[in-house]
Amino acid sequence: MSILVLAEHDNATLKSATAHAVGAAVKLGGDIHVLVAGGGAQAAAAQAAALAGVTKVLLADAPYLASPTAENAAATALSLLPGAYTHVVIAATGFGKSVAPRIAAKLDVAQVSEITAIESPDTFVRPIYAGNAFATVQSKDSLKVLTVRTTAFDAVAGGGSAPIETVAAAPDSGASKVTGQELTKSERPELTSARVVVSGGRGMGNGENFKLLETLADKLNAAIGASRAAVDAGYVPNDYQVGQTGKIVAPDLYIAVGISGAIQHLAGMKDSKVIVAINKDPEAPIFAIADYGLVGDLFEIVPQLTAELG
Amino acid sequence: MKILVPIKRVVDFNVKVRVKPDGTGVDTANVKMSMNPFDEIAVEEAVRLKEKGVATEIVAVSCGIAACQETLRTALALGADRATLVETDVELQPLAVAKLLQAIVAQEQPGLVILGKQAIDDDANQTGQMLAALLGWPQATFASKVDVGEGRATVKREVDGGLETVEMKLPAVVTTDLRLNEPRYATLPNIMKAKKKPLATVTPATLGVDVTPRLVTLKVTEPAKRKGGGKVADVKELVAKLRTEAKVIA
Repeated sequence: MSILVLAEHDNATLKSATAHAVGAAVKLGGDIHVLVAGGGAQAAAAQAAALAGVTKVLLADAPYLASPTAENAAATALSLLPGAYTHVVIAATGFGKSVAPRIAAKLDVAQVSEITAIESPDTFVRPIYAGNAFATVQSKDSLKVLTVRTTAFDAVAGGGSAPIETVAAAPDSGASKVTGQELTKSERPELTSARVVVSGGRGMGNGENFKLLETLADKLNAAIGASRAAVDAGYVPNDYQVGQTGKIVAPDLYIAVGISGAIQHLAGMKDSKVIVAINKDPEAPIFAIADYGLVGDLFEIVPQLTAELG
Repeated sequence: MKILVPIKRVVDFNVKVRVKPDGTGVDTANVKMSMNPFDEIAVEEAVRLKEKGVATEIVAVSCGIAACQETLRTALALGADRATLVETDVELQPLAVAKLLQAIVAQEQPGLVILGKQAIDDDANQTGQMLAALLGWPQATFASKVDVGEGRATVKREVDGGLETVEMKLPAVVTTDLRLNEPRYATLPNIMKAKKKPLATVTPATLGVDVTPRLVTLKVTEPAKRKGGGKVADVKELVAKLRTEAKVIA
């Protein structure tokens, strides 16, 4: 068995999702190669080489891979694949979801999306219907293309020292390019890897009121998330969204504030270790899955909670 | 420019699905079915592009059982001009659907394909990207804004860190995210008119596509039940429990 993990990075820093993807690859067992496709990505490659369990890092470096399109990232992975690997493993992030199906389709194999468990080298468990059911599926293809839910696989530790080998980048497709980015700047922990997440919903009333959650999050060193309703209403940017079609989180502590608990939201956070719900509606579905529910006005409760944690 | 809009018939998003007792799948008998919500957004975007004069014709396509005709009629009522059903009783997986759509694209020669980023039943998030790869076309997934110009499109995409802008040459594939638009409701006159719009039926065999599933579903199970429902009386009790019982804060 030999596994190719496609790294996600911004050239300078390897995204933590990659360490989780390697964690899934370790469960499969076998040689693990990590492909770092970037532009000036030596630093990211060095971080990948340090991940425990990695046998080799393949660095494909080209200016047009600095902010890679899915087309170019997939093409570079494809140039390495035929015959050489049994599995391709990519974290089920926005990047991974965009790239992996292109690889699978080009090789005429199925993709298994967002796996949460590995039963055997060809059998995997994945959520369907917003996590309201889990399917165990077996792939009959010779190459398995997998995206992995990062919260379901532990990140591997650092301390390794795999060799870094330079490989050729596939030529620029020329058909598309990334021309701009508006990234949310935050000093907070990343939403998908934070130990504590404080999320707000429609009950927050407006974007200004999210400041209440920021003060609370500061006390807990928490990331801030939101329900779809809060994002759709324009209270916070899209990258805050937790849920079936947003981000999947599983922190030690998830505090849902003014969130009713639509199944699409629950799909993104119900694997959290401890869930706290604060909502004025005692019938809100969020309370059914919360370990600690507190019925009341969030505008009174959140400041009290922040003060109590003082 | 012609726009192709692939749509999927799925269990309505308001339905809480139940796993069948024999573990072979989820129970879809007597369950409300609707157009995949992301595909509704795709239809709406295509209709808006036609209203702006960018698109000249909208063709809706669905792959699956005969009942998918209802979903196609909904797309016609929302503003699609005509529809094609690729009819089959075989369980279709994303790769098979992408191949069927590739064959339809070869016939229709659209300038743009717009479809939902994922279907809310299998949550696969694959078909659009697979179609783009098979066609050798560029793609813009998770679109929250689409501007179509002469021979090119500029798409704002929702990415993990915020937003990203991609410029691509047409023809291309766009997959929709939630905030691209708010789909309209079909009016009664338009629902009546949709009944008269052309709806063609083809089969995978006539398109020359092998749709045999590549993944075998061995079993489907319920998720582990979460034991929730606990309540606390006030903030003091909450903080005490988080510290001493759950031990998740210091």
